Amino acid sequence: MSAISCEQLSKKYAIGRRERYRALRDVIAEAAARPFRGSRKEKADLIWALKDVSFEVPHGKAVGIIGRNGAGKSTLLKILSRITKPTQGSVRVRGRVGSLLEVGTGFHPELTGRENIFLNGAIIGMRKAEIVRKFDEIVAFAEVEKFLDTPVKRYSSGMYVRLAFAVAAHLETEILVIDEVLAVGDVAFQRKCLGKMNDLSHSGRTVLFVSHNMQAVRSLCSEAIWLDHGQIKTAGSSANVIEKYLDAASRNETLGDLNARLAAMPPDPAFRMNYVSLEQDGVTAGTVLSGKPLDLILGYTLFRDTPGFHICIRLFDVDGSMLLETIHNGHSAELPVVEGGDYVSRVSFPAEFFAAHAFEVAILPSIASQRDCWPRPLTIPFAVEASGKVNRAYPGYATPAKFAPLMNWRTERLSRVMSAKVSQ
Amino acid sequence: MSTALSNHQSLTGEDLPTLLITPPNRWIPLQLVELWEYRELLYFLVWRDIKVRYKQTALGAAWAVMQPLFMMLVFSLFFGRLAKVPSDGIPYPVFTFCALIPWQLFANALTESSNSLIGNQNLITKVYFARLVIPIAAVLSGLVDFLIAFVILIALMLFYGIVPGPAILALPGFILLAVLTALAVGLWLSALNVQYRDVRYTMNFLVQFWLFATPVAYPSSIVPESWRALYGLNPMAGVVEGFRWALLGKSAPPSVMLFVSVLVVLVLLVGGLYYFRRMEQEFADVV
Repeated sequence: MSAISCEQLSKKYAIGRRERYRALRDVIAEAAARPFRGSRKEKADLIWALKDVSFEVPHGKAVGIIGRNGAGKSTLLKILSRITKPTQGSVRVRGRVGSLLEVGTGFHPELTGRENIFLNGAIIGMRKAEIVRKFDEIVAFAEVEKFLDTPVKRYSSGMYVRLAFAVAAHLETEILVIDEVLAVGDVAFQRKCLGKMNDLSHSGRTVLFVSHNMQAVRSLCSEAIWLDHGQIKTAGSSANVIEKYLDAASRNETLGDLNARLAAMPPDPAFRMNYVSLEQDGVTAGTVLSGKPLDLILGYTLFRDTPGFHICIRLFDVDGSMLLETIHNGHSAELPVVEGGDYVSRVSFPAEFFAAHAFEVAILPSIASQRDCWPRPLTIPFAVEASGKVNRAYPGYATPAKFAPLMNWRTERLSRVMSAKVSQ
Repeated sequence: MSTALSNHQSLTGEDLPTLLITPPNRWIPLQLVELWEYRELLYFLVWRDIKVRYKQTALGAAWAVMQPLFMMLVFSLFFGRLAKVPSDGIPYPVFTFCALIPWQLFANALTESSNSLIGNQNLITKVYFARLVIPIAAVLSGLVDFLIAFVILIALMLFYGIVPGPAILALPGFILLAVLTALAVGLWLSALNVQYRDVRYTMNFLVQFWLFATPVAYPSSIVPESWRALYGLNPMAGVVEGFRWALLGKSAPPSVMLFVSVLVVLVLLVGGLYYFRRMEQEFADVV
């Protein structure tokens, strides 16, 4: 008998209105406008976050769910943990489901560590007796003994997430549904978390684990499901599925409307961008692998000799902080005069440079002390997946840093300690 | 490190409960048994609300007393002293305070429960539990304030030399009625509030309007006899007159009015429960 069996599971969302409430005013306005409008608009803004997803998870298996943002992973977890209902299809679940979609759900800043352990435990579905029984274990795991009676608003962020993870990790349900709660705390604690997760996935209970961290999925889950646009693309052994996923991801996916956006840029009398591409290994990249170099290639035409013409490239993180800026002829000794003609400029970000985060590169052609050639920069978003050597010893660890270059480390042992025992 | 976890060896799943997750239904059973299973969560949520309220406010418990106390002073001055509103032969301050306390319990419980789902949206979107726990916890956490204010009422009664008779035994019934009224209306409003945030802005108006429709500042005896049953459509009229009857003993038991009130509350409550259960299927998508 399977622990989870999904049959033709589908979930429809109205986009734009997704997860949004409405004001009564809007409803009235819509009702008033309805007679004057065809009903066809209704259909246009609906999307299927999940469409006809069927799979079975046997008891005691740990299954990873991978896929790009918006592929339906979180929606699937929300349905399995009964937070939201499917639009069509059904799921049969055997056993109690514990869901950890974030750590510290319901933590209250005014309450002490001790109080929050009880509150959070009760919220994620633990009985009071169970919390009492595991209390010492939770506290020891979180390493917050001294601060148990301090309100958590006075905790450092490290202490806070350690406590939150510790409570979650002691939830004992037959089925666990986990959404990327791994990436908390410092390196040492991350390792501890990973160890705990490993124990969980090998303890005979059924685990469903969503992550963007392929190394973690590989080490925790024997099987994986790759979701793409709400449908199962591949399922099977995790090594296999991950390989296919990374392969497809590195080849060609999201550049999508880039060329359309390029074509929509208003013309400039001196300059025209002919094409833009972001490539890895000579193929257009949608999802970028950190272990390989990434090339941005710009093909453009300059109609006449232009003093001060330059293309500026800026790199942003998802919060909009500028991380880096580089100008294509910025190292010239004096103001360059760029002669008319067709050009290709190529800027290469080295391998082992980006950490696994989402970024955006912006292209800004302009003429010094005259004008920007475009009213706004052309931007290309891309996401980096960790694939290189950096931090591969700690597969569960997702660095908060934006860049993760392979640094020059040199460690030598100065003397040998003979009698000391190696302790955990 | 993982002793507690590894003792669950292989689970075959033969004896485990089975759950079927299906698309939303128009009518779904109330499943009050499930609510009972979440009683510990209910307890912790009530406990959190009370604890946080008293930790965050400088005056703490004093707030529970000050609000009805000041309202009593204002009412006694303007309605009792200046407007000479009748008070069934009872000293006006006790007369109105005796009504203000259940009123305050009701008004706070109603406001809290109506905003409870919005206030706990971080829970609703991340964890499953019987959603009814949230408005119920919001209603119950007001009881502590009520008990504190009740002590003041006893003091005031002693001051005026009023000793309640055996009718006081009926008091818990009236407290329950006030709580159920707040819950019944709160269920409707909290579920509506998720969908339409307008509810939040109408709350103030609703509570004020309801206060004047309830015999807090005046006795229901000024309402003509033939209209009393109709007046009972406002369940709080029954509650307030019940309080006066149980504690102050002067007025007659509000029998017809009370009967209508209980009936109204039951209808609102059952309807509210079904409405809530139906709407809760979409809370996480909409909130």
